[in-house]
Amino acid sequence: MNKNRNWKQHTDVLFILPSLLGVSIFVLIPFLDVIKRSFQNVTGENFVAIKNYSTIFHNRAFLLASGNTLKFIAICIPLLILFSLILAVVLKEKIPGAKLLKRVFLIPMAIPVASIVLLWRLVFHEHGILNGVLAGFSVQGQDWMNTNAAFTILVGSYIWKNIGYNIILWLAGLGAIPEAIYEAARVDGAGWWKSFVYITLPILKPTLYRITTLAFLNSFKVFREAYLVAGSYPHDSIYLLQHLFNNWFRELSLDKMSAAAVVVAIVIFIFIIIMKKALDKQEE
Amino acid sequence: MKKIIILVLLIILAILICSPILFMLGGSIMGNSELSSYLSPVLDNKSGFVHWSLIPNYPTLRSFVALLLDSPEFFVMFWNSIKMTLIILIGQLIISVPAAWGFARLKIPYKNTLFNLYVILMLMPFQVTMLSNYLTLDKLNLMNTQYSIILPAIFSTFPVFIIHRFFCSIPVSIIEASKLDGANKFQVFLMIGIPLGSAGIVSAMILGFLESWNLIEQPLAFLEDKTLWPLSLYLPNIGLELAGIAFAASIVAIVPSLLIFFGGQEHLEAGIAASALKE
Repeated sequence: MNKNRNWKQHTDVLFILPSLLGVSIFVLIPFLDVIKRSFQNVTGENFVAIKNYSTIFHNRAFLLASGNTLKFIAICIPLLILFSLILAVVLKEKIPGAKLLKRVFLIPMAIPVASIVLLWRLVFHEHGILNGVLAGFSVQGQDWMNTNAAFTILVGSYIWKNIGYNIILWLAGLGAIPEAIYEAARVDGAGWWKSFVYITLPILKPTLYRITTLAFLNSFKVFREAYLVAGSYPHDSIYLLQHLFNNWFRELSLDKMSAAAVVVAIVIFIFIIIMKKALDKQEE
Repeated sequence: MKKIIILVLLIILAILICSPILFMLGGSIMGNSELSSYLSPVLDNKSGFVHWSLIPNYPTLRSFVALLLDSPEFFVMFWNSIKMTLIILIGQLIISVPAAWGFARLKIPYKNTLFNLYVILMLMPFQVTMLSNYLTLDKLNLMNTQYSIILPAIFSTFPVFIIHRFFCSIPVSIIEASKLDGANKFQVFLMIGIPLGSAGIVSAMILGFLESWNLIEQPLAFLEDKTLWPLSLYLPNIGLELAGIAFAASIVAIVPSLLIFFGGQEHLEAGIAASALKE
C-alpha cells in the first residue's frame, strides 16, 4: 500500500519533469558554469578571483551601458505606468467605443519591430520627414539618431509599444474593485477625485507592483528597435547593456560577459525580491 | 460635453498610434517613381526633405508582385520564421501544459520553491541567460542551427506561468467530483484540466506567437548563417533603393501577426491580464 502510494506521488513529478529538465539543461546548470567562469580567465584555465568584476567596473563601455540602461528604465517605466493608468481610468468611465479604443491601443504590440524600422529611418533621417516638417516652421533639424535625441525617441517607441498591454493590466485591476465601495463613498459625499485618491489608488497598489515588474522585463526588449535602426554601435546615448552583451559575445569575451551576467542577474534578483516583499506586505 | 472632448482626444491618439501601419500600407502600394521622388533626399543624400503622402497618387500592387517574383531570399526568411514559430509553439504546448498542471494541481516536492524559480527565470532578460544558453548549445553542437533558437524557446517558463494561472482557477469541486467518478490523475488532466484551461493555453500560445515572430536577440547571437535567419532580422537589411519591396515585405510580415491578434483578441487580453493577477 505504502509503496503504491509512493509510486503515485512520483507520477505527479512526471508532469513537470520534461520542463524542469529543459530549464536545467539550457539555463540553470550552465548558469552555475557562468558563475564559475566569472572567477576565471577567458580560456577558463586559471582562477583569477574578482579580477573580471573589477575589470568590468572599470570598463568604460560597461559603465556607459549600465548607466544608460538604468536611466532608460528610470525614465520610461514611470512614464509608461502613468500614461497607461490615465488612459485606463478614462476608458473605464463609460466612454462610447471604449472597447474598440482599447484594442486599437494594443495594436502596436502586434506590429513586428522589423516592419516599422523602415518608417523610423525615413522619419528621423537628416533629410527625413521630421526635419521637413520642422523646416516648415523654420526650425533647424538634425540627424536625430546620432544625437542625444535618440534616447528620447527610444523612450517614445517603448511607450508606444507597451501602452496597450499596460492599459489592459490596469483595467484588470480596476475591474476587480467592487462598485459598492464607490457607492458608499458617494453616499458619504466623496467626489470623483476623492474616491480616486482614497479608494482606487490604494487598492491598485498590488497591481502597480506587478505592472512595474512586467514593464521592467519588457524594457530590455527596446534593444530590438535600437539595434535594427542603429546597429551594434549606435549613438552613445542609446548604447545599452544589451548592445554590450551582444558585442562581447561576438568577440567571445566570455570572462567579462560571465561577470556582467552575474552582476545583472543579482541586480534583477534584488529588484524582484523588493517588489515581492512590497506586494506581500500590501496583501497582508 | 466633457465626454465628447475626451472621446475626440482618444480618437486622435488612437489614429496617431496606428499611423505607422497606415504609413507602411501607403508605401507598399505606391509606384516606384512616386516612391523615389519622395525618397530622393535620403537616397541621394542631397538637400531637401522626404515628403510623404499617406494615399498614393497611383496605387499599384507592383511592389508585391516584385516581392513575389524577384526576391527568393524573402521566401526563405519567411519560411524560416513560420517554421521556427510553429515548432516553438508546438514544443511549448507539449512541455508547458503538463508542467503548468503539475504546479497548479499536483503534489510535487519543493513545488513553491521551484515555481518561484520559474517566475524569476521568466523575469530575467535574454542577456542574462544568453551565455548559459550558449554554453549548452555549443556542447550539443547546435550553434548556427535553428535548434539554437527553438530549443531554449520551447523551455521558456513564461507559458507555464500563464497557463498555471488558468489551471488554478478551476474549482476544486469539479476535480474532486471526477476523482470520485474514478478518473485517475492523467484522466483528470486530459478531461478536466485541458478543456477548462483551454482559454489559458490559447492565451499563452498567442503571446508566444508574438514573441517568436519578433525574434531578434537570439538569432543575432546564435545564427551566423544568414540563410537561417528569421524575417525579423532580415527585413531591415533590404536597402532603401528597393524601398517598394521593403514596404511590401514589411506589410507581409505584419499580416500573420495582425491575423492572430484580431482572431485571438479576447484570449490575448485574458492572457495579458493573467500575467499580472493575484497568485
